[in-house]
Amino acid sequence: MSLLPSLRPGGRHGVATTETRDPIGYLVAGLSRLAQADLLDRVGLRKHAEQAVFTITRTGFSTMTRASRTFARAGVAGRPGVRAPSSQVTGQFDITPTEDQQLLVDVVTEFATEVVRPAAGAADAACEAPPEVLRSALEIGLPILGLPEELGGVAEERSATTGTLVAEALARGDLGLAVATLAPGSVATAIGLWGTDEQQQTYLPAFSADVNQEQAPAAALALSEPQVLFDVLRPHTTATRTGDGYLLNGVKSSVPRGADAELFVVGALLDGAPVLFLVESSTPGLRVEADPAMGVRAASLTRLTLTEVQVGSDGVLGTTDGTTYAECVRLSRLAWCALAVGTGQAVLDYVTPYVTDREAFGEPIAHRQSVAFKVADLAIELQAMRLLTYKAAGRAAAGREFGQAVALAREACARHGMQIGLDGVQLLGGHGFVKEHPVERWYRDLRAVGVIEGAVLV
Amino acid sequence: MTIELDDPKRFRTLVGQAHQVAMNMLRPISRKYDLAEHAYPQELDMLAAMIDGLADSGASEGAGAAGVRREEGADGGDNDRGNKNGANLASVMSIQEMCWGDVGLLLSMPRQGLGNSAIASVADDVQLARFDGVWAAMAITEPGVGSDSANITTTAVLDGDHYVINGEKIFVTSGDRADHVVVWATLDKELGRAAIKSFVVAKGTPGMRVERLEHKLGIRASDTATIIFEDCRVPKENLLGSPDVDSGSAGGQGFAGAMATFDNTRPLVAAMAVGCAAAALDLTRELLAGAGVEVDYDRPGQTQSAAAAKLLQLESDLEGARLLMLQAAWLADNRRPNSLEASMAKAKAGRVGSDVTLSCVELCGAVGYSEAELLEKWARDSKILDIFEGTQQIQQLIVARRVLGLSSAQLR
Repeated sequence: MSLLPSLRPGGRHGVATTETRDPIGYLVAGLSRLAQADLLDRVGLRKHAEQAVFTITRTGFSTMTRASRTFARAGVAGRPGVRAPSSQVTGQFDITPTEDQQLLVDVVTEFATEVVRPAAGAADAACEAPPEVLRSALEIGLPILGLPEELGGVAEERSATTGTLVAEALARGDLGLAVATLAPGSVATAIGLWGTDEQQQTYLPAFSADVNQEQAPAAALALSEPQVLFDVLRPHTTATRTGDGYLLNGVKSSVPRGADAELFVVGALLDGAPVLFLVESSTPGLRVEADPAMGVRAASLTRLTLTEVQVGSDGVLGTTDGTTYAECVRLSRLAWCALAVGTGQAVLDYVTPYVTDREAFGEPIAHRQSVAFKVADLAIELQAMRLLTYKAAGRAAAGREFGQAVALAREACARHGMQIGLDGVQLLGGHGFVKEHPVERWYRDLRAVGVIEGAVLV
Repeated sequence: MTIELDDPKRFRTLVGQAHQVAMNMLRPISRKYDLAEHAYPQELDMLAAMIDGLADSGASEGAGAAGVRREEGADGGDNDRGNKNGANLASVMSIQEMCWGDVGLLLSMPRQGLGNSAIASVADDVQLARFDGVWAAMAITEPGVGSDSANITTTAVLDGDHYVINGEKIFVTSGDRADHVVVWATLDKELGRAAIKSFVVAKGTPGMRVERLEHKLGIRASDTATIIFEDCRVPKENLLGSPDVDSGSAGGQGFAGAMATFDNTRPLVAAMAVGCAAAALDLTRELLAGAGVEVDYDRPGQTQSAAAAKLLQLESDLEGARLLMLQAAWLADNRRPNSLEASMAKAKAGRVGSDVTLSCVELCGAVGYSEAELLEKWARDSKILDIFEGTQQIQQLIVARRVLGLSSAQLR
């Protein structure tokens, strides 16, 4: 009887468990096994397969998390941290960024155009962001954008709008690299928003350290889990109280740069409410494995397994009633909306000259309504996505209720954003399907919107 | 300067008033005039008088058909550092509320016709004074000419102090009830769009007659007339803008100027579609809540019921359309070009209006389909909003040409 399950075809290779094999099926399955072994040896692939790079394959390779630097405890436990004030409400309808925001967007746009876009293809293939890109991101201060000045940052007020504009501008270069470069700052922003004085004094100095002296740490906001119909507000990862802290158990997925991260913010269910925990990467019980996905590959996505991970009583970030967690989820979705808008803009920027240059039947294909109307709809839905995102960002920055606004923006960015990715490939025809053009990457990246929770936050 | 896309605070009172009027005056007679097609909704006379009063007192913030005029140096009120929230925003927001009440009745509002918008957009100051207080319908479409309005065949020939107009116009909204009609006619068919002018024709002018009224899918409270012009003599001062046929003349005068009216009225039609869809969505949300379905905004659609997921999708699309509408009006208030954004708003609002109202009928089943509720009516009313003032496809053409940098000869 024990042999039977392994002879069944289902439950593996994307085959449903209801499938059965007939005699021909068994024969073909046997041949397939043989052919695979033969092929590997014949073309010398065996060696390559065994040497598979950690970041590209997920052949069971897993490792300990990175040994983190020592985050020396500082500050006063239990004392509320510094908070950036909400932005001033004018009561007017306005779509104009402030001068400071525009300056910043210009800088980030240049970075996205000059540095990020040229590196995007290779980073996607390697499942890794190149060090130069990460370093440049530190130089322009991405990790500290969301921190108030008192905490070593640059923000004079609540940064949701600024963060949204920056994420959009970065993703116009590349979404995967945008996630890779924004991930550490997302954790810093979270600590700025909800950390106690002790948590802020302990962790934030590293993020604002002089780039030339010391590399700011990689850090990751781990909310996603490998569950079908996953509801981020009911994580399967659990936290149980111990004498002097908490014990965390569970699996987190889509964790950006998890192998490099020195600090995680992990979502777990504590007494029925979702709660954020700060977990240093050197904590025993953490394992990380590569979890490359359809897209967002430059962010080196990983799966983080927590087994009896002990966190101190000072490890809770924010409240334990679920309110901090819910706000975190909303701000993270807002960031993903901004990434979708930036990527959608990249698609529009790319297909516009393509369809006006590419000729078929003796004239540019843009002269045909079936092509032109796709571009028109792309532009229309993109602008609607942008305005929905800005509205949610503006409300968040002003300290207003923004859950509904984010939900509406996310719904649009997931659905219409994916349509933009789809049409981007379609408009280039066969050329859209090959890696010579970036549209196939944007297609893969845009599927992440509405799927991945956490990872980034504004 | 800051990014803030909430409804402007200064229009809260105006919008609140419009909502109360829509709820307490339009909704109670909404079904009545849907069933009694072509009956004149006399209840609107009192409402129109009230709106005139509001306009005179300045409490309307310049909203209404005349609000599309772009005057130099107009003050947007208590605006900070150059950002203006003015008459265009006030107009789209109040029209949205009125159409949440009833689209057909809003279209029948005395002195708020599309012809009034055309006069406000194109007329010179003398004409503006002469036509103050009129109720003007707009007559463009002909039996053989729809979206291609440069091809109109109605002619206007100068004869002494009058133009003599000949032709047939169809689909004239309020063509029977309005006291004036703005007619598009060509001075010389050979000269193409440069020779197309608009003329204000007073009702009762000899040679002009309302031939018939249409029976329609929706907006039945609004009359849609066919008007025949047979040697209709119109004083030559009634030609809006300049009589020059010089195709190189400045914008705001010739065909381009007349077409520019649409840049101003398209956000208004978007507002109608948004208002009608919002009515359907508001009622559906409540009906579904009664059936135990409520949207949880923090949870993704696929983890909720199909009805809740659909509701979330509709709400998102409607809010997107609404923000595009506000953007187009905001640009106009700030004297920035908005032709692209106006078409984006109308395209999105037009299709979303249909999707939302039709989906609401589907979600509510027989309750939605029955005349016992207004959902089926809104699903009929919304269709015209994706057609008049430029169909969905015309909006897509305009957007595509602008985005792709193509001329109308290249992308036809």
